[in-house]
Amino acid sequence: MQTFAYERPTTLAEAVALLERHGPDARPLAGGTDLVIGLRDRSVSPAVVVDLKRVAELCSDIRAADGCLVIGARTVMTDVIADERVRRHFPALAEAANVVGSIQIRNRATVAGNICNGSPAADTTPPLLVYGAVVVVAGPAGSRRIPIDDFVVGPGVTDLRRGELVTAIELPLPTAHQGSAYTRLTRRRGTDLASVTLCVSVDEAGVTRLAYGSVGPRAFLVTDESGVLADPAASAEAKATVLDGLFAAASPSPRSLRAGPEYRRAMLRVLGARALQTAVERLAKG
Amino acid sequence: MTTMPSSLPIELTVNGRRRSIEVEVNHTLLDVLRDDLGLAGTKECCDVGECGACTVEVDGRAVNSCLMLAVEADGAAVTTVEGLATDGRLSLLQDEFLAKGAVQCGFCIPGQLMAAHALLAGNAHPSVADVHEALAGNLCRCAGYEQITEAVLAAAAAEAER
Repeated sequence: MQTFAYERPTTLAEAVALLERHGPDARPLAGGTDLVIGLRDRSVSPAVVVDLKRVAELCSDIRAADGCLVIGARTVMTDVIADERVRRHFPALAEAANVVGSIQIRNRATVAGNICNGSPAADTTPPLLVYGAVVVVAGPAGSRRIPIDDFVVGPGVTDLRRGELVTAIELPLPTAHQGSAYTRLTRRRGTDLASVTLCVSVDEAGVTRLAYGSVGPRAFLVTDESGVLADPAASAEAKATVLDGLFAAASPSPRSLRAGPEYRRAMLRVLGARALQTAVERLAKG
Repeated sequence: MTTMPSSLPIELTVNGRRRSIEVEVNHTLLDVLRDDLGLAGTKECCDVGECGACTVEVDGRAVNSCLMLAVEADGAAVTTVEGLATDGRLSLLQDEFLAKGAVQCGFCIPGQLMAAHALLAGNAHPSVADVHEALAGNLCRCAGYEQITEAVLAAAAAEAER
């Protein structure tokens, strides 16, 4: 493997100082399931790898606070999947975390790393968009809170500035009854990157929030307030028309090896209808 | 420009034995297990976390040792396939792999065993679906999946009878 310096700060201030000093020459390390691959194939060549796992302020658990569930920067997928509060209030996030890689990957990979890696196919991004997550970051100028929709910018690009790192992800607890679901399309059942990712939630007021990824430079969040999608009595045709409108932002790359653009667009409709059905059923069950 | 050391001392427990070693910071846990500690049971194959041949347990959880820097294992308890047998006797799980004919070319088996071991530690009565999910990160190019699944289920049943 290529050479690099390895730093293991124990405080947030040290970590921020290291990231600020080295800027783009530094790479933060959490679970490493993306970074170590990049270090080996030289798609990234940092001078310094900053291991965040000994930073005292960065948590690896999930805490309840101020009407939120707070996922720590070091919280791994396995612990998100197992958390009863996540499963009850944010089931689509548990479903998304549960299909990332394999068990071996999920035991190391963090949710924070998943969004920072900036893959348009990141599984946890659509549910975080649908649930209105807020990304808490720390940096040289202090802390700031960024709505996930602003945090996600494009392939490999986030809103993080020089010296900044994610410290937590806040999930506001739903105030209305809602049903939600995550689904994705892969070429095979096991370990694979998604060709389409999709998350949807419907609430008792008839509002539908839908996020879809892997069909453009980033995952998109759209909302339908017409009530048609959340209405169990609405016809499949009526729902399909509304869904088609919501999928207008899809711009699948013609160069991807995983699936062609026409296929992705077609499957977006299929996945949208299926996930919506599940979400509506879950809302009805309460 | 600061000069960082290219190697660091780490302490870890490997198969129950405390080890204090100096590791290169750009070496993976897999590199160190095989090349520095001579534990060649753990296999190197895809190097991108897709095949599972390098699976070991770190603090009780199955991980791909090719995706973990050795320095990240500082302070951890690592179990490799060499740690499954006790006093020269194969574990129940290993015996069932042999009994069911799950071992063909054998290259993937250390990883399969470690993934199965981690499953059984947390789920004493796994269903077929549980086994499939637990071993989904372990590829077998001989396609011996049926026998591997049978062996894991048989080990769980035998353990329950003991």
